[in-house]
Amino acid sequence: MSTPHTLSFRFAGFGGQGVLLMGMMVSYAGMEEGKHVTWLPSYGAEMRGGTANCTVVVSDKPIASPVIQNPDVAVVMNEPSLAKFEPLVRKGGTLFINSSLVTGKSNRSDIRVVYIPATDAANELGTTKVANMVMLGAVVGDSGVVSVKTLHASLLPVMGMDKQKLEALNIAAMERGVALLKG
Amino acid sequence: MGKVLMKGNEALAEAAIRAGVDGFFAYPITPQNEVGEYLSLHLPEAGGVFVQAESELGAINMVFGAAAAGKRAMTSSSGPGISLKQEGISTLAGAEMPCVIVNMTRGGPGLGNIAPAQSDYFQATKGGGHGDYHCIVLAPSTIQELVDFMFEAFPLAEKWRLPVMILGDGALGQMMEPVDFRGRERLADSRKQPEWALTGAKGRKPHLVKSLFLHGDDLYHFNLRQQEKWEKIQAEEPKLELVAMEDADYAIAAFGSMGRIAGSVIDLARAEGIKLGLIRPLTLWPFPNKAIAELVGDGTLLQRILTVEMNLGQMVEDVRLAVNGKIPVDFFGSPGGRVPMPEEVLAELHKIIG
Repeated sequence: MSTPHTLSFRFAGFGGQGVLLMGMMVSYAGMEEGKHVTWLPSYGAEMRGGTANCTVVVSDKPIASPVIQNPDVAVVMNEPSLAKFEPLVRKGGTLFINSSLVTGKSNRSDIRVVYIPATDAANELGTTKVANMVMLGAVVGDSGVVSVKTLHASLLPVMGMDKQKLEALNIAAMERGVALLKG
Repeated sequence: MGKVLMKGNEALAEAAIRAGVDGFFAYPITPQNEVGEYLSLHLPEAGGVFVQAESELGAINMVFGAAAAGKRAMTSSSGPGISLKQEGISTLAGAEMPCVIVNMTRGGPGLGNIAPAQSDYFQATKGGGHGDYHCIVLAPSTIQELVDFMFEAFPLAEKWRLPVMILGDGALGQMMEPVDFRGRERLADSRKQPEWALTGAKGRKPHLVKSLFLHGDDLYHFNLRQQEKWEKIQAEEPKLELVAMEDADYAIAAFGSMGRIAGSVIDLARAEGIKLGLIRPLTLWPFPNKAIAELVGDGTLLQRILTVEMNLGQMVEDVRLAVNGKIPVDFFGSPGGRVPMPEEVLAELHKIIG
């Protein structure tokens, strides 16, 4: 059950798009802000190009179930994920769609739908690899689950301190996501 | 350093190091591979021994060897691998060798799948291997609890000279949660040399570690001593968590990952005005019979228990034995590595209570 103090997320896309990392970033940032968090991956015989998704819960109170039937927020990075997760978003929840790769639209009128051209924005920044960070900036900027500042600070602890060279690019991608949200 | 965000498997491995494990003997299997991966890197750094064995049989017998030498020995696997270790587990119990065995359960029987399951409850609590024996079985629900139980496991195994099994599942192993290791540094082993330890017998009588009692009534007496030990364990060690049971008309009984998912069912039901509580055994053997029996004694409110498991009905038998027919005990199971959603469990509860 969702209360104002608990937010649940489902991040979904192709393996290799970094959807598990998006969830880890939110989880780490939530922990840094003193919240309770759970990160549950769908795991299996998955591979690059297959599908991947994870469920994240961020709460002010201890989290009972890490499995969530109807998340408050679903983030779909590719077409197959739209069909799979659009119906599951909680009534009144939010669906983020990577409109660069997902041509379909949501027909639901009981949820809010946010279209973010994450892959195009990433390509403009020089690499398609940061599409997840563009989307993450939008999701965090919109939901306010953690501050964007904490999100930035979570990048290296999650990705590894040896990724310092990539920090500026990833932060630029997150900022681009926040900007796209404002239109 | 405050809390750290870790996968269950890695948190367990880190806890094992800090709890003072001397030797970890591994053979890989999904979904617990990160346990061995982590220990292969970090246990040698901490002064312990990591061996990737040639098979599960090799791994469990290395545990036997290390335990016989008085060391803190551990292994980890999942369903099919735990089945292969059963001969060794029975031997460890027969020789009264303390050790820690982890089962991050996956779907079964046979090779099954790699998804989270609880279908090894019978195997863990009712023997698994041959002969009259029990392992002490701990069932954590969260990653912090997994870590906390890891710290309790060796002292418990040494107190009772029995293998301790931590029964997790794929979800607990693969998910991430913040854990707190503060104040829990790895300490030098301050134990005296265990009285059974095989150390070369210089200047003393040889010790004997064995599970073979061919002579006369030796085995009969050994078995009776085990029975006395079990009675003490059953009196001293059962643990359970009760949530919202004070005014509960109904309860869900569940362990491990299902136990925490059930926590959300309690919230959903209470929001509808259904007075639902949670009975969550933390030790599966010894099973908390007495504490559960007290919930259904004279003048208690509880009318019905729904046992929910990620299997086809295993712990429910122990719940029924504890309740002893005083109230109905129903069952809802989700087998095959399919983790049930809180809403599904609530729907099942509605069916039962009308």
